[in-house]
Amino acid sequence: MTTRGAGFWIGAAVAIGLAGVAAGVIKNEYFFFAAYPILMYVVLSTAWNILGGYAGYVNFGTAAFFGLGAYTSVALIQSTGAPLAVQIFGAAAMSGLLGFGTGLLTLRLRGIFFSIATVAVIFIMETLFINWRYVGGATGLQLLRPAPIWPFESYIKMLFVVMAVIVVAAVAVARYIENSWIGRGLHAVRDSEEAAECSGVPTLKLKVFACTISGALMGAAGAPMPMYLSFIEPASTFNLNYSIGALASAIIGGTAHWLGPVMGALLLTSLQQYATVNISNEMNVLVVGVLLVVFVVAAPDGILGLLRKLKRAK
Amino acid sequence: MFSFELLLEAILFGVLLGCFYAAVSIGLSVSFGLLDVPHIAHPAILVFGSYCTYLLGRYGLDPIIAGIVLMPPFFLLGMAVYRFYYETFEKRGTDTGVRGLAFFFGLALVIEVGLILAFGVDQRMVEADYIGKSLVIGETRIPWRLLVAFGVAVVLTAGLTLYLSRTFTGRAIKAVAQDEPALRLMGANPVRIKQWAFGIATAVTALAGAMLIIVGPVDPSLDRIYIGRTFCVVVLAGLGSMTGTVAAGLILGISESIVLTQFGASWAPAVAFGLLLVVLGIRPQGLFGR
Amino acid sequence: MSDALLQVNGVSKHFGGFAALSEVSIEVRQGERFGLIGPNGSGKTTLINCVSGSLHNEAGSITFAGEEISRLPAYQRTRRGIARSFQIPRPFSSMSVLENLVVPLEFVVHRRSLHQTNTSEEAMAILKTIGLADKADTPSNRLSQVELRKMELARAMAARPRLLISDEAMAGLSSNEVAEVLGILFKLNETGITIIMIEHIMQAVMRFSQRVVCLDAGRIICEGTPEAIVKNGDVQKAYLGA
Repeated sequence: MTTRGAGFWIGAAVAIGLAGVAAGVIKNEYFFFAAYPILMYVVLSTAWNILGGYAGYVNFGTAAFFGLGAYTSVALIQSTGAPLAVQIFGAAAMSGLLGFGTGLLTLRLRGIFFSIATVAVIFIMETLFINWRYVGGATGLQLLRPAPIWPFESYIKMLFVVMAVIVVAAVAVARYIENSWIGRGLHAVRDSEEAAECSGVPTLKLKVFACTISGALMGAAGAPMPMYLSFIEPASTFNLNYSIGALASAIIGGTAHWLGPVMGALLLTSLQQYATVNISNEMNVLVVGVLLVVFVVAAPDGILGLLRKLKRAK
Repeated sequence: MFSFELLLEAILFGVLLGCFYAAVSIGLSVSFGLLDVPHIAHPAILVFGSYCTYLLGRYGLDPIIAGIVLMPPFFLLGMAVYRFYYETFEKRGTDTGVRGLAFFFGLALVIEVGLILAFGVDQRMVEADYIGKSLVIGETRIPWRLLVAFGVAVVLTAGLTLYLSRTFTGRAIKAVAQDEPALRLMGANPVRIKQWAFGIATAVTALAGAMLIIVGPVDPSLDRIYIGRTFCVVVLAGLGSMTGTVAAGLILGISESIVLTQFGASWAPAVAFGLLLVVLGIRPQGLFGR
Repeated sequence: MSDALLQVNGVSKHFGGFAALSEVSIEVRQGERFGLIGPNGSGKTTLINCVSGSLHNEAGSITFAGEEISRLPAYQRTRRGIARSFQIPRPFSSMSVLENLVVPLEFVVHRRSLHQTNTSEEAMAILKTIGLADKADTPSNRLSQVELRKMELARAMAARPRLLISDEAMAGLSSNEVAEVLGILFKLNETGITIIMIEHIMQAVMRFSQRVVCLDAGRIICEGTPEAIVKNGDVQKAYLGA
């Protein structure tokens, strides 16, 4: 393992360690309620970036993969009372399958067709689950949290640490892809798909792979959600806002490197939490929309790009 | 229970609805179908047009008149948006796909939230003589507002189709969609033509927005389901085909109407999106695609 | 017949109502230097797109080294030995010149290696032959038009093809640069690589090609040695109009 590789894993271990310490030390439950969505969006935007940033295919359907993951958890809980770990892997598998299917269907077409198709998937998923009474149908389902596993005192603290682990896993996957031949192939696809094909890059296979992995990670992020809310219902689960947050975080943070979505999600989600609590829910969405447009127009390489320019100027 | 009369009625409504869907989508047929702009903010501008109609309605203006009055300012708005898009994205070349799409997505978001902040999340509607009354033919009641929207939709769609095929500028627009370098060689400025076309597409959408609020109440999040309907129509039509837009609108309208009567309101919104996915999977070039 | 590397038989391609190619048949022999000429819009690039896989022909067949390739996606054709440069350069603009060449090296030449092979050195060697070695680390979106065209050719070379298609690689080059690129193509051919050259620069085509085919409006109007082509009445008409 190179020193850079070792550095990353040490950092990852420290991050999880910090999360665990926080769970032990911080008494105020509200902290974990507020911090959980931030970690969740780090996973969503990191996952989004694997297809959106590396390959250049914009997925508007994050909510569909996320929601399917959440509902897979619910179905598993209702049918077998499965533990959280099984829920997460089950959710990842289902959403990965959705990613595979959607990708196979639409990634042979131009980028915008894929993007529109991802919007369609959200609505279709929502309609399916509205009409499926087993998991609550349109009115939704109340869920009872089981007892937290030792050493966690509360379920929310446990979810927080679990999400921290998922963050590390997602970032590790993204980082591996980015530095591998897969990442180089995806970048070639983004730069010029035709030239990539003629340079021997199996563009469709790589795109479908990225879409599958991306979907799976989004599903994993969605799996603990029903337990976090103790409730699930279709309209809020398949809300376009999840798609918006993932996309905006990645673009604002910077799509070239895995650090971009991480930074973007941390900053943007925190800003959103602040705006929602102190101003209004609408204002938070407006902030995201305006920031997205501003960055896309003026700082297309995101915060990472700006930082890089600053470094060069010194 | 299956009733032949109910089916006929559903088809009739579907035809009226379908022409309305065609009119609502025809601006996108131009901006996305012909000009290749990833205009995912089209439905948001449509709803914006509805709200502008509502505002003018508060001053007593009939919605159709309001829609016509809104066309010139929306024309200018469209030209400005295209010019900005072109200067910022299309010119630069690299990574335009993601950035352009993200830009219009952000724009749609800002419009939607702007509408919420200005008008709140509740539904708004307009009043007119023809809203609330129905035409009665035998056992069937057809709401006048649907007939009015249908009529305006037919005029609008026919007008735009004729404009594109008969007038000089209209044909220039179709030419620029097919072979931009050739047009440049002939001395025409493709950017100005595209800008003009986008303006027209936006103006048409203003009138379509007026019809939207005639047909039913609107709320700011309506643009989300109309992404499905408008893109379904435009893709099913075949990019850039005006006749295709009418045919696709009818197909969507009738399908939605039948699903609504047979399976209920909880399934109807998925029809457009489902049809879109089917078209993309089986025949992405649509009915009359280039 | 047996030493034909590429056989194009009755290939047709339409765009809507427009017939870009109508039943085109050509044969390129192993190791040959083949020229493809024709006025703008005659279908040269469409034909090349059908051979390389960027487009799929509706009718006819394309055989490469005895294998029918019409249904294969482009990347598999490249892996079987067909490489091309693009008339309008399509660089991987987020990558440096060197990284541009690493893509085909990684995905074609070394795709079966499980461990890291030093593709950078191989890429540098190719850049040296084409005269771009000093630009190796330059971002490709900062190259001049001429340098871009050279990189296009270098990238096609990096795929170690059996058949290299050069699509107007010399457009806009000075006569010195044309001679330079021509020299590179001659050297490549000496190592056994079959080359199809599409060019408008007539002296280059005539000096380089052993056989030339002329296309006009999607059909072949003449085929033969450079000398025969130049004297052919139909060819002159096609280029100069009636």
